[in-house]
Amino acid sequence: MSSEKTEQIDVRYVANLARIDISDDECAMFQKQLGSIIGYIDTLRDINLDTVDVENLDAIDETYLREDTCKHSLDQEDLLRNAPESAKGQIRVPKVVDA
Amino acid sequence: MELSNQSITALRKQLVSGDISSADIIDSLANAIETKDAKIGAYLSHDIDTAKQEAAAADLSLPLGGIPIAIKDNINVKGQPCSCASHFLDGSYTSPYDATVIGKLRAAGAILYGRTNMDEFAMGSTTENSALGNTVNPHDITRVPGGSSGGSAAAVASQSAIAALGSDTGGSIRQPASYCGVVGLKPSYGRVSRYGLVAFASSLDQIGPITQTVEDSALLLNAISGVDPADATSLTQTNVDFTDSLNEGVSGMKLGLPKEYFGDGIDPAVRSKVDDSIKKLEAAGAEIVEISLPHTEYAVAAYYIIAPAEASSNLSRFDGIRYGNRVEDPTEIIDLYRRSREQGFGPEVKRRIILGTYVLSSGYYDAYYNKAQKVRSLIKQDFANAYQKVDAILSPVTPNVAPKIGADKDNPLQQYLADIFTISANLAGICGISVPCGKITSDSGSELPVGLQILGPHMGEQAILKVAKSVESSN
Repeated sequence: MSSEKTEQIDVRYVANLARIDISDDECAMFQKQLGSIIGYIDTLRDINLDTVDVENLDAIDETYLREDTCKHSLDQEDLLRNAPESAKGQIRVPKVVDA
Repeated sequence: MELSNQSITALRKQLVSGDISSADIIDSLANAIETKDAKIGAYLSHDIDTAKQEAAAADLSLPLGGIPIAIKDNINVKGQPCSCASHFLDGSYTSPYDATVIGKLRAAGAILYGRTNMDEFAMGSTTENSALGNTVNPHDITRVPGGSSGGSAAAVASQSAIAALGSDTGGSIRQPASYCGVVGLKPSYGRVSRYGLVAFASSLDQIGPITQTVEDSALLLNAISGVDPADATSLTQTNVDFTDSLNEGVSGMKLGLPKEYFGDGIDPAVRSKVDDSIKKLEAAGAEIVEISLPHTEYAVAAYYIIAPAEASSNLSRFDGIRYGNRVEDPTEIIDLYRRSREQGFGPEVKRRIILGTYVLSSGYYDAYYNKAQKVRSLIKQDFANAYQKVDAILSPVTPNVAPKIGADKDNPLQQYLADIFTISANLAGICGISVPCGKITSDSGSELPVGLQILGPHMGEQAILKVAKSVESSN
C-alpha cells in the first residue's frame, strides 16, 4: 500500500518536545520523509473502531507484584563509572534551578 | 581443527566425550573471526583472551558448558561495552550488570566473548543504520544481512559464531535469519525476560536465538526462557524441554496459509521456494488449510505508530546525564539534553523518536496511538481465531531476498513496508521462527537464501520448532 499522501507536521516543534536538536538539512529531510510516513499511517484514521474495547487488549494476560522488600540493587561505584561527570559519589550536572 | 562450522549439539557431544576441549572451540572461533570478519563486519567487539580463560575453567556437565555464544550489542553483559551500535553509548558505557538471559546463559555454562553489530537501538531492517560499522551478507557481500540483528545473523551464517542472541521487535531476528540462511526464533512475548535488553518498544521486544540448526534454537530457548521477577511482563510458564518433541514430525498437523500473506508483491522466486517447502510439509503428512487474517493490511501502519511511540518514551533516558556521551560545554540543562541527543542519535533513531513523539502528542493521541492499539487487538483476535482451526501458520518471511546495500536508503517508508510478514507476530505477542527453505541464484551468480516463516500461538514454541525441524530435514 504505497502512499502519495503526505501530511505536514511541524518537525521543529515536535523535535523540541523530544529534546533533540536538528539541523536545517535534517529538518527538511524529516519533513518530507515523515510527511509520507504519516500519510501512510493515516490509513488507520478511516477505520471505524468505536466498538473495539482497548481495556482487554494487552498481549500480557497476567500481572503480579513482588513482595515489598528491600534488596541490593547495583553497586554505586559501577554505576558512577559510566557517568560523564561525577564527584563525591554523585553525578555532576549543570545548575538546574536558579538561585 | 575447524569447529566453528558445527552446531552446539555436535560440539557438546565431542566436549562430553573428551574428543575436543572448549579451548579448541575458542581457537577455531578466533581463527574464523580473524579470517572472515574483516570482510563481513559482524562483530563490534570481542575478547578472545577472556574467552580462553573461561574455556579452561568450563564446566562440561552444564547444558551449554564450553560453548561460546555471540551477543547482540543491545543486551547487557557485565563488564562489556554495550553500545547498541550508537554514537550515544560508544566508548562510554560499560554494562554494570548482566541481563537476565546472560545470567541464564552463564549458569548453563556458555562463554560470552563477542558483541555483534546491529541497526542503532534496533531501529532498522538492514543493519545499515549502525553508527559503528558495516555488516554485509556472507552469501553476497554486495547485499545487506538484514536487520536489526544483522551482525548476529551474519556471524552465524559465516560460521564465525556457533550461535548468537538477537532481539526482535518487528522481525529483527526472523528477517536477518531469512536473508542469511540461518534459523531465527522470536519467542512468544513473555517467554524470555527483557531485563537487561536495552528497550526499543517494550510491548513488542523479545530476545531470541539465531542458530545454525533448529535443534540449537531449541537448546538456547531452553537456556534463556523463564519467568523473571525483574521483568513484570515475563510469564510463569510450564517447564518444557524444547528439544523433546522436535523429531515428532508434522503428520496430523494442520498448517494454515493466510491468503493475505500470499498475494501480489512477493518475488516469484521467493514464492516458489516457499511453495516447495509447503508441498514437502504436505508430503510429510501435514494438512494445509487456507485461512484469513483480515486485518493484515493495517499491521504495518499500527506498528509504525506503536513502536515509535514506545521508542520515544524508552529513549528519553538517553539524556547525557547518567551515562553515554555528554555534549561539551552545555549552556544549561535543556541544551545538554538537546545537543547530546542530537550528536548521539543517527537519523533513523531521530526520525522514529520524532514520529513517536508526534503520535503521542496532545491532540493526536486518540487519532493515532489509541486507534493503533485497537487495531492491534483486532490483529491479535485474527490469530486467535486462526489457531482455532490450525496448529501453526506458514508464510514467507520477506517479500524479497536480501536487498543490495544502499537500496531504499532515502526512502524509509519503502523499508517499513517490507516488514509486512513479520510485524503482526510482534503486535499479537505470538511466536515465530524463520527456517531456511532454499536458495535463489542472483544475476551476479550468488546464492541468496530464502526463509520460511512458521508462526505459532502464544507459548506455542514446541509446535513451530517441530514444523521447522521437518522443513530443515527435508532441505
